[in-house]
Amino acid sequence: MAFSKDFWQGVRDGTPFILVILPFGAVFGVVATEAGLNVAQVMGFSVLVIAGAAQFVAVQMMVDNAPVLIVLAASLAVNLRMAMYSASLAPHLGKISWWQRGVVSYFMVDQAYAASILKYEQTPDMTPQRKMSYYFGVITPICPVWYLATWAGAALGTAVPAGLPIDFAVPITFLALIVPMLRTLAHVAAAMASILGVLVFAFLPFNLGLLLAALLAMMAGAEVERRLALRRQA
Amino acid sequence: MSFSTAQIWTIIIGLGLGSYLLRLSFLGIIGNRDLPEWVLRHLRYTAVAVMPGMITPLILFPQATDGTLDPVRLGAAAATIAISFLTRNATLTIFGGAAVLFALHFAIH
Repeated sequence: MAFSKDFWQGVRDGTPFILVILPFGAVFGVVATEAGLNVAQVMGFSVLVIAGAAQFVAVQMMVDNAPVLIVLAASLAVNLRMAMYSASLAPHLGKISWWQRGVVSYFMVDQAYAASILKYEQTPDMTPQRKMSYYFGVITPICPVWYLATWAGAALGTAVPAGLPIDFAVPITFLALIVPMLRTLAHVAAAMASILGVLVFAFLPFNLGLLLAALLAMMAGAEVERRLALRRQA
Repeated sequence: MSFSTAQIWTIIIGLGLGSYLLRLSFLGIIGNRDLPEWVLRHLRYTAVAVMPGMITPLILFPQATDGTLDPVRLGAAAATIAISFLTRNATLTIFGGAAVLFALHFAIH
């Protein structure tokens, strides 16, 4: 794979996420170390799981001494959204070779998915190869920083100053990702349904509320799109 | 935490393997087959259906404040939305949102 224009565009679009990945990874390193994991185990999480939110849920439940199976079920539930991302990327990247799809799958993190799907929707004439180059461009500044930041957090331990609101780095990046996506009434309807749904179903265990809210929100978006198309035909 | 080394690695490897299979699921199995139009129509809304729901509790009930509404975080969220809407630029939005977050933090605490 040559480092094409699409690859470098991806690198440029992925670079701002370093600002979030850095504190997020470092905080995970610190929290996991404080919970009693050694550096190898902390890095095992970040390299093998490579999904911050699920890693935090797993460590939190381990601190609470939940049974191994419950820890696994709860943290995998957080990552069920990855199956939705996988389905959403399939129409764009389904035609690249199987091993490339295998690599794309390993690096499927929220930021890579969100940046790529936005790019694919804005430039629908991209070939699957160009789409893949862009995707690998986005993850290039993100994933290595995730490993390094986690390691630094685990090595430095509690040297990170307490009381700073660094937890909020996560919502800030996600907002920077979501707002540009609200291009049509259907997208706005889906986002609203997602927010309402997650509040209504907050009582459900294992993050099932988020999954239910996401499914209903996808249906809301699709239904609004269908009705708007019908009205345009009439 | 009272886990043996074997139990800790069981969790790490199990979560890693399970997460990978979730990521590979549709991309690996469906591959180059075409999906029906109604499925594609739903998939177009995956990102806007998942992400707002993911961050809503983080904004309204942050763990760092024991789940109570926090003016610093609420203000930073509102500013981030406004900057993103006005600039349509992710880099500016992230820098701007972080600047407002820390400005409010040091102004209030």
